[in-house]
Amino acid sequence: MARLTINGKSQAFDVDPNTPLLWVLREQVGLTGTKYGCGVALCGACTVHVDGAPMRSCVVPVSAVEGKKITTIEGLAVNGRLTKVQQAWLDNDVPQCGYCQSGMIMAVTALLDKSPKPTDAQIDAAITNICRCGTFQQVREAIHAAARA
Amino acid sequence: MLESPKLTRRSFLISSAAVGGGLALGLNIPFGGPGVVRAADGSPEITAWVVIRPDDTVVVRIARSEMGQGTLTGLAQLVAEELECDWSKVITEYPTPGTNVARKRVWGDYGTGGSRGIRTSQDYVRKGGAAARMMLVQAAADGWKVPASECVAANSTITHKPSGRKTSYGKVAEAAAKLEVPKDVPLKDPKDWKIIGKPVKRLDTVDKLTGKQVYGADVKLPGMLNAAIKDCPIFGGKVKSFDPAKAAGMPGVKKVLQIENAIAVVADTWWHAKTALDAVNIEWDGGANEKVSSASIAEMLTEGLSAEQAFVHNQAGDSKAAIDGAAKKVEAVYVYPFQNHACMEPMNATAIYTADSCKVWVGTQNGEAALAAAAEASGLPVAKCDVEKLLLGGGFGRRGFTDYVRQAVLIAKEMPGTPVKLLWSREEDMLHGKYHPIMQAKLTGGLDAAGNLTGLEIRLSGQSILASARPEALDKGKDPFSFQGFWPTGEHSLEYTIPNIKIDHAMRNTHVPPGFWRGVNINQNAIFLECFMDELALAAGKDALEFRRALMSKNPKSLAVLNAVADKGGWGKPAAPGVHRGLAHFRAFGSYVAACAEVSVKDGNKVKVHRIVAATDTGYAVNPAQIERQIAGSFVYGLSAMFAQECTVKDGRIEQENFHSYNSMRIAQMPKVESIVMPSGGFWGGVGEPTICVAAPAVLNAIFAATGKRFRSFPLKNHGIEWV
Repeated sequence: MARLTINGKSQAFDVDPNTPLLWVLREQVGLTGTKYGCGVALCGACTVHVDGAPMRSCVVPVSAVEGKKITTIEGLAVNGRLTKVQQAWLDNDVPQCGYCQSGMIMAVTALLDKSPKPTDAQIDAAITNICRCGTFQQVREAIHAAARA
Repeated sequence: MLESPKLTRRSFLISSAAVGGGLALGLNIPFGGPGVVRAADGSPEITAWVVIRPDDTVVVRIARSEMGQGTLTGLAQLVAEELECDWSKVITEYPTPGTNVARKRVWGDYGTGGSRGIRTSQDYVRKGGAAARMMLVQAAADGWKVPASECVAANSTITHKPSGRKTSYGKVAEAAAKLEVPKDVPLKDPKDWKIIGKPVKRLDTVDKLTGKQVYGADVKLPGMLNAAIKDCPIFGGKVKSFDPAKAAGMPGVKKVLQIENAIAVVADTWWHAKTALDAVNIEWDGGANEKVSSASIAEMLTEGLSAEQAFVHNQAGDSKAAIDGAAKKVEAVYVYPFQNHACMEPMNATAIYTADSCKVWVGTQNGEAALAAAAEASGLPVAKCDVEKLLLGGGFGRRGFTDYVRQAVLIAKEMPGTPVKLLWSREEDMLHGKYHPIMQAKLTGGLDAAGNLTGLEIRLSGQSILASARPEALDKGKDPFSFQGFWPTGEHSLEYTIPNIKIDHAMRNTHVPPGFWRGVNINQNAIFLECFMDELALAAGKDALEFRRALMSKNPKSLAVLNAVADKGGWGKPAAPGVHRGLAHFRAFGSYVAACAEVSVKDGNKVKVHRIVAATDTGYAVNPAQIERQIAGSFVYGLSAMFAQECTVKDGRIEQENFHSYNSMRIAQMPKVESIVMPSGGFWGGVGEPTICVAAPAVLNAIFAATGKRFRSFPLKNHGIEWV
């Protein structure tokens, strides 16, 4: 049994403690906004926040996050009000297929929490998510737009 | 690129028979008067492309698939333009492929590939919008008992000009739906377009920002089970034996089964299924293919470079005599590898099978092909099957194939009445791609004493996609698509005028299945030709731009895009210290494209791509903002391929299993892309793919300018090049 606090709600799950957080989110909680891309923490599509820090949930066993505050893409907008990162994404028409964008937005949100006005070098170092459609140019513009907002 | 629909002959016969026999129109009809077809919510269909709700919401039907390329928004713009509707009230929906078949393919082709989404349906979708507008205007005029010619439509409002009376589309939709669809439907002059050509925002963004968007991998159905699968990693191989005992007893596992040459585990969750699948001890029998390696394939292709027999596709003059008699002869061999699509969303499909129905939920580039696959795998007639299309987490050609749909249906068939979602692991996705075809090329050019190119020969040697994926489309054995960008005329034409030329293809197919890919054969063909053009210019002692210009005088559209990138890119002017430039040009999918790249190289091997100026003439540009995004995106895909990506073969199987050995560009490596969208009008060229092919040769030519090194085999990582 694992007790997790997800998007402010505490829930208990009867799962093997080694189950990756990603699959508990997707298959037990039903939050499918967090995506499976590679399963080995290389692509970033599964990025969530654990106590505010970005983590690739596909390699985090649930046992490691018990008692910690987990935020997923579904937990960003409160009452339908987009965060400034989401709004910048909308204004800049960032997503193409969109599959990697949950992870991208989570990684960027964590970056801006730490560095509210990131330089391009800070963006390059912090954002290592893969996007196969190739939205990077718009991602960079939207990060700067969100930082200005 | 991807060719026409893949409904098999068998399923076509079945579906035609069903339609001819008076098959009911599925979900439509039941609510209304005769002739009115209704959407699921009861709103009337005006034409097949347009449903209008009482609250003035305009539902535009989209037959082609959205996979990120923006086609859904572009197609809606085309319909909305002629419909004269309020753009802010437009939403879209996908009619199911089964409904299309039942309605005698009223929405036409569902295939989405080859950069054809807009350009091959623009005519009939615009007419669908225009006809609906005419019917709405007529209905309003009838209500007012005035001639339709006195009424005008704009922004979803119809106005009777003489009296100033107004009504809305929502109010007259019911009456309009009862009218005959007009046959003579004139379209607007492009100069009057108000929505086409505008950089409107995509219609499908918000849900992608909040986690709400449902992809195939996210489908949830009551009672659904989940499946993981391992197909024989040696293409063409079989299951020799497997021991299900351990897996069968693991948590959540419902079934361990063999599906053709694959082993699948069905469980309550995918994580349980995957974990149990890893515990199944499987022995594979790869047969003779176990002996195939990258080296044995390369040997076969190299032989093809000098083989007697080859398919000729572009020939003029006497290239041999011209080259033999040339003042200077230049020769080079280029090598291009297998590559996986690596869509971010691994392949998946969800199916439910019963004795008399089969339904599939899937992100697919070809809904009708998925339908045909469901029918074939279930053994049911097409009329008893259907497919719910979902947004694709990347397609790039991979999701035009239906291998995973077949697997999902075969698994579901083993558990009738229970929906089963099959999701491939990334490893399965890497091992069972439809790979970018492997190709070598020998290029030989002859220059006269003045440095003019008098003869060119290109011998391609390698795989044909059509021979494997659509053999019926071969032209007497020849695959014209191997020659993309080298055609004598047509949408993939060679744009240089060379008096003596011969371009041929020694087809060398392997057991590794090839597939359509973003750009596909333009990717390597542009590298071959455009790097070789720089090699020729160097040998001729000429500037790379001037050398190209001299061969392009008969092709002003090509010259225009080349000049545009040279001008904006600063060709011939000093670059920043340490920065070097390279050019490339090509014609593909009907569009004219060019790029000017700027790179610097540190320590002899650390390559930084700073900036690429790109131009495209797509004829008409439906949404310039989305075209800019496709250009930049295509460069990410194309440069990832050129710097980092190769699938190698050992013991008959692909060696790369995840992104650690099959890398992809990150934001730090992204150059600044400056796009010049320069539609010259009068034709409809492709958008999603054409530009992909100019990034790599422009960068390679710039690397040569920086280092004096000419790389002729790919990816560059094999040469110790570090992409920074």
